[in-house]
Amino acid sequence: MIANELTWRARFAKHLPMQDQQSGNRRSHASRVTVLAVLLGGATALSGCVSVKAPDKPIVIELNINIKQEVVYRLAADANKSIEARPDLFGN
Amino acid sequence: MTGLIERKHNWRSLVLAGAMLGLVLPAAQASAQVASPVLAAARASGEVGEKTDGYLGFPGTPSAEVRRAADELNIKRRAYYAERAAAQNTTVEAYALTMGCQLIAKTKPGEKYQAPDGSWRTRGAEAPLRSNLCPA
Repeated sequence: MIANELTWRARFAKHLPMQDQQSGNRRSHASRVTVLAVLLGGATALSGCVSVKAPDKPIVIELNINIKQEVVYRLAADANKSIEARPDLFGN
Repeated sequence: MTGLIERKHNWRSLVLAGAMLGLVLPAAQASAQVASPVLAAARASGEVGEKTDGYLGFPGTPSAEVRRAADELNIKRRAYYAERAAAQNTTVEAYALTMGCQLIAKTKPGEKYQAPDGSWRTRGAEAPLRSNLCPA
């Protein structure tokens, strides 16, 4: 009874760590690592490309235009009043 | 006695103040209405024009007199823009740009103004070329 239990335990303990040591499995492990590395490298390379070529300039300009146009529209009435009020600065 | 003297004094100062007011007020009104004869002539001849940024500019090479008068007015304009910008919680540049829009819109045919691309144009009967930022 005790011997039986021991052999069972021995088989389990021996089998699992040995699996990776077999030649076939080692190759698959290595290829998995290379696939992972390629994927990772590709992802970082891709993300690097995107961030470098990101068209942030036009977006910023559009935002500025929107803000300024809003401001100019708000100030237009006051500007017209200024022209009326200060002919010494804006008159002929 | 003292009351009489005081009254006399008050009368005299009142008359004096009245005379001073009469002298000062027309002068102030005159300076508020007339810009500068030099600039008025330069504007009519196209020696100065309205820039997009709210200040006077020179389409060509101005005479020293015109340049001095325009520079002086631009300094006064900037001080006024700063005052209004503070009152409107905005920047001097934004207020000045808005003034440029409105001043170019108010130019008369024959006068010079600056188009959005920076080139100088002569105002005709049609609407002036203005930045897309300008209100209608």
